[in-house]
Amino acid sequence: MAPHDLRRPFKRPAISDQQRRRELTLLRQNQSRCDAQNHARFLASSVLALHSQSQSPEPIFESPIVEHELETEVDSEPETVQHRELDVRQASKLGGSGARKWFAKQLMLPEWMIDVPDRFIHDWYVFARPAGKRCFVVSSNGTTVSRLRNGSILHHFPSALPNGARTKDNSGSAQSYSILDCIFHESDQTYYVIDMVCWQGYSLYDCTAEFRFFWLNSKLAETRACDPPSHYHKYKFSSVPVYNCDETGLLSVHRGATPYVKDGLLFYNKHAHYQTGNTPLTLVWKDENCSQYVIDTDSKGQIPSQQQVVLELQDDGKLITSDDLPVVFGCLDADFIVKSGLHSGNLLRFAVSDGGLSFADGKLEQADIQYLGKSNRARAFADSFSKVIFQYMVRHSPLRFDDLLAAVSSSTAKANGPSDVEMSG
Amino acid sequence: RNYKSVIFFLWLVTNCFIFLGQYMAMEITQVLLNAQSVDGHVRKHAEESLKQFQEQNLPGFLLSLSGELASEEKPVDSRKLAGLILKNALDAKEQHRKFELVQRWLSLDSNVKNQIKTCLLQTLSSPVPDAHSTASQVIAKVAGIELPQKQWPELIGSLLSNIHQVPAHVKQATLETLGYMCEEVSPDVVDQDQVNKILTAVVQGMNASEANNDVRLAATRALYNALGFAQANFTNDMERDYIMRVVCEATLSPEVKIRQAAFECLVSISSTYYEKLAPYIQDIFNITAKAVKEDEEPVALQAIEFWSSICDEEIDILEEYGGDFTGDSDIPCFYFIRQALPALVSMLLETLLKQEEDQDQDEGAWNIAMAGGTCLGLIARTVGDDIVPLVMPFIEENITKPDWRQREAATYAFGSILEGPSPDKLTPTVNVALNFMLSALTKDPNNHVKDTTAWTLGRIFEFLHGSTVETPIITHTNCQQIITVLLQSMKDVPNVAEKACGALYFLAQGYEDVGSSSPLTPFFQEIVQSLLTVTHRDDAGESRLRTAAYETLNEVVRCSTDETASMVLQLVPVIMMELHQTLEAQKLSSDEREKQNELQGLLCGCLQVIIQKLGSSEPTKYVFMQYADQIMSLFLRVFACRSATVHEEAMLAIGALAYATGPDFAKYMQEFYKYLEMGLQNFEEYQVCAVTVGVVGDICRALEDKILPYCDGIMTQLLKDLSSYQLHRSVKPPIFSCFGDISLAIGENFEKYLMYAMPMLQSAAELSAHTSGADDEMTEYTNLLRNGILEAYSGIFQGFKNSPKTQLLMPYASHILQFLDSIYMEKDMDDVVMKTAIGVLGDLADTLGSNASSLIQQSLSSKDFLNECLSSDDHLIKESAEWAKLAISRAISV
Repeated sequence: MAPHDLRRPFKRPAISDQQRRRELTLLRQNQSRCDAQNHARFLASSVLALHSQSQSPEPIFESPIVEHELETEVDSEPETVQHRELDVRQASKLGGSGARKWFAKQLMLPEWMIDVPDRFIHDWYVFARPAGKRCFVVSSNGTTVSRLRNGSILHHFPSALPNGARTKDNSGSAQSYSILDCIFHESDQTYYVIDMVCWQGYSLYDCTAEFRFFWLNSKLAETRACDPPSHYHKYKFSSVPVYNCDETGLLSVHRGATPYVKDGLLFYNKHAHYQTGNTPLTLVWKDENCSQYVIDTDSKGQIPSQQQVVLELQDDGKLITSDDLPVVFGCLDADFIVKSGLHSGNLLRFAVSDGGLSFADGKLEQADIQYLGKSNRARAFADSFSKVIFQYMVRHSPLRFDDLLAAVSSSTAKANGPSDVEMSG
Repeated sequence: RNYKSVIFFLWLVTNCFIFLGQYMAMEITQVLLNAQSVDGHVRKHAEESLKQFQEQNLPGFLLSLSGELASEEKPVDSRKLAGLILKNALDAKEQHRKFELVQRWLSLDSNVKNQIKTCLLQTLSSPVPDAHSTASQVIAKVAGIELPQKQWPELIGSLLSNIHQVPAHVKQATLETLGYMCEEVSPDVVDQDQVNKILTAVVQGMNASEANNDVRLAATRALYNALGFAQANFTNDMERDYIMRVVCEATLSPEVKIRQAAFECLVSISSTYYEKLAPYIQDIFNITAKAVKEDEEPVALQAIEFWSSICDEEIDILEEYGGDFTGDSDIPCFYFIRQALPALVSMLLETLLKQEEDQDQDEGAWNIAMAGGTCLGLIARTVGDDIVPLVMPFIEENITKPDWRQREAATYAFGSILEGPSPDKLTPTVNVALNFMLSALTKDPNNHVKDTTAWTLGRIFEFLHGSTVETPIITHTNCQQIITVLLQSMKDVPNVAEKACGALYFLAQGYEDVGSSSPLTPFFQEIVQSLLTVTHRDDAGESRLRTAAYETLNEVVRCSTDETASMVLQLVPVIMMELHQTLEAQKLSSDEREKQNELQGLLCGCLQVIIQKLGSSEPTKYVFMQYADQIMSLFLRVFACRSATVHEEAMLAIGALAYATGPDFAKYMQEFYKYLEMGLQNFEEYQVCAVTVGVVGDICRALEDKILPYCDGIMTQLLKDLSSYQLHRSVKPPIFSCFGDISLAIGENFEKYLMYAMPMLQSAAELSAHTSGADDEMTEYTNLLRNGILEAYSGIFQGFKNSPKTQLLMPYASHILQFLDSIYMEKDMDDVVMKTAIGVLGDLADTLGSNASSLIQQSLSSKDFLNECLSSDDHLIKESAEWAKLAISRAISV
């Protein structure tokens, strides 16, 4: 039987420097492998479509747009275009107007709520929309840029978002980028994050709202982006409390206090992906209790006596809304067009006259509108159908908060059924 | 006539065979004797003949060897060698060779095997000690092969029947055989009934009533190996009491070898049956104390080892449970050390005074003073603060005595107890002692004292200096003095200088995360210069002084800050020049060549550390890059120096260089590739192979798709490595990970390797999915393997992402998901595997998207496993899980 060596290490460190070199090398290699994998996971998976127009570009807007008008219009430019796919990093490198045009296409725009959707209580979230400028915030390569809906830059600043500032300890790959859908709230100089489009290079476009909100809340909390401003973090970010569309939720967002000034309520369908442009799966609703801007004002801030709508003029003289499937409100005479020096594509302002709007089977049957003139130069888009209708209803028979509550409680009653009585005494 | 001629023919044939047999028997004896001849020529010729015989007729060869061993007429030398050759035909050190030999034995004709086994058993009764002792070893080897196959069932019975034979030497040989057998076979292949009989025979042989010392010694040594078989017997109070009584009595035998063997049994029992020791510990303390005090050194060393081993056990238990014992704890801590503390400490302190002169110059030295101090150090780690007041009086009494033994013992005692007690407890004493030590290191006339003093300073810096220690031992005021003394001491005799380098190593390490400004900065130049001077000392080859100097230089560089980056940069051409000089040496003797290799290893190691340091920050990396071409050409020359094997250190350094260089590394690939391949082929030095696999990963990340032209060769080699059972198993997990690195680098170009890599991953995955019944070591390895496999899958999925060829991966998806499900069900994966596994789920979803959504939704992993990971406390697991959730959410919703 072999002799049993009982010598133990004597006056020697437990591991040799060579072993240490090996271990440190393995550590470095493991770290590099993780970095490479993370890089691969979070990169190149979020290629956004850039539709570069072959037609001549829209006029570039120099002046900020009246903010409450920003909300719900969509570019109706038909997609007669050559497609080029760019990701946001490439898009960021585009020159001024290219970038503006690209970014103008990337926001998801709610329709106006003209009736309460089905399964409201089950499938929808609600939150109080902060008043302010809707914008995209993109952080990448050590800087953060916010762009308004029309693509123009609002701020260029360092932030604590991933890769949002040139600090040493930025985690993640330098090229990875994040895109947040925000509203900049002027009085407290805060970006309220209402949606997350891309996080550290990973696209959330194809994720449900339910998931995006979960991700938004957990990821934003991991950064220091919600901290007060500092040298490397010029503006504070904040998430917005999101509720289920039940009675508690509705009451909270409608009556509850918020750190920001409210401008209506936003409703998100839980199962909807982030879809650029107009979508009926997000809705906006306002009343005087939760918004200063329920009824549209003119450029002087006055409420006109008659409702005004902006419509786009077509080649054939038809006046249409900005929807993907445009609604025709009327038609202009060819003579009148020539006489007034109008062209196809012009945005024209009309007043809704006493005849009003009449509907049949939920469709517009007749519109009594009167030409006022060309719209403000700052306008990029015609009104959407839902906006016109909402404004019309506000003036005639509004969808009131109580109607929303009623929809919720009736659906609760329905869901509970006779066998399951809830004690509320 | 026909009939007659047939008879004649048969007669002729038979005689021929008899004649041939006799000839061969005579022949083999002579050949075996010649093989031990002093005449090299004769020896070589004999070895050739043996080899030929073996190759031409293996069964005949083995038969004649066993016949030779069994024959009482043959000379002892030929019998002994016959037995040894037989033994070597059954076992080898290298795993793959061993496997071959086992298969070869099992495939032999069973008549041949039976004849050989009969000869072997017969030899056990030989009165010639060398013959029966060799036979017992060969029997154990055969048993090691056959018992696990349920063959040779009669072996143990026939051995046990020998026990009752009268001649003592038969009994002795049989007990030895049982001992060797227990060493060879695993306890689970022997029935408890037979275990009981073996133990009964062995313990009876150990009993004081056994008059023959040889028998008693053989029995005691056999018990040492049989202890692993005695699990059941140790849970039976009566049987355990009996075994323990017999072992303890044997420690009191008049025969020193029996006492030593009995203490070896106690040492083994202390780790195997720690939890059963409580009733005996008082008696054992008395026995060991007596042995340490009075017995001969080999016995005293075992007695000390018993307590060191108890310390190992208690340190493990306390580490594992953090001192918090509940009903769930597997093994409770009995605090044997704490209970015996004062007596143990005073027993050990006495041993410290029994130093040997010049023990520090002797690499292989191991004596009672060294063992005693080592045990004292382990006790300090076991009990912490409580040891300090027990040792301090000894230190204070002896440290200033004129006898160097007392000063050295006091210093050694102090150095030994620095790990374990809290810094709060030690700092006040150390603050006082530090000055004394610094002065002793310069002024004490005795080298032994200075050696221990420098070592103790190193221990002070290792355990009481660093960012985690609240009250710093080293301050602005004494830093300069400490460094001056250490640099001075580096000029002392080699063993003292080596310890001074070691102290400086830990001094530097303590400033590892000091921030942007290090207290060592003002001395940086001087330290580096002194270390380089040490490496050039003529006697730097003694006491591993040169190695220690380079290792310290490495640590000083690793822990340096931006302030001294320019000086680290200046070091680059200096070390390059040293490496260049080793390459200029011509016509070296084999001894000189070995030294050259060693030095090149140290220099490449140093360059590796420097490259990694300078490469880690952009500005220094930029300046360093001016040397990249020259360094690379030096490394290539180092490789060229060694014909067959690749220098591991050079390979590690090249990995660091590739990491720092990035895509530009492509220009070196053409020349470097052959060495890369050579490294991947190095089965024997598996560390080299493992390091090279890691470097392939570095190069993949540096070159990305530019590595493509080399991938055919690399993949071929990696696949060969995986299918080789010669290669050490520890290299296989990193090879799988490397598949992932390659795929990530070359993307969809990995397509052509899928048909080879995927089946290998799949079968490895099946093997590693279940670990039931495996021991801790096996479970750990299985987890490493799983992690490698999963990293491969991750890399492959991510590599194919966004390519038109993702469909090629669809056929593998369901197997991979099953693999994830099964390791989840197994519930024994570690955190690393958990993180990688949940990441693979995400990668699969990310790359395959909606095509895999129904598969994903069916898998357990996408529900329970994912949820478990999402709520994990481990940040990395949680992060991977969140990402997987995101990817799945996309895949499902698209």
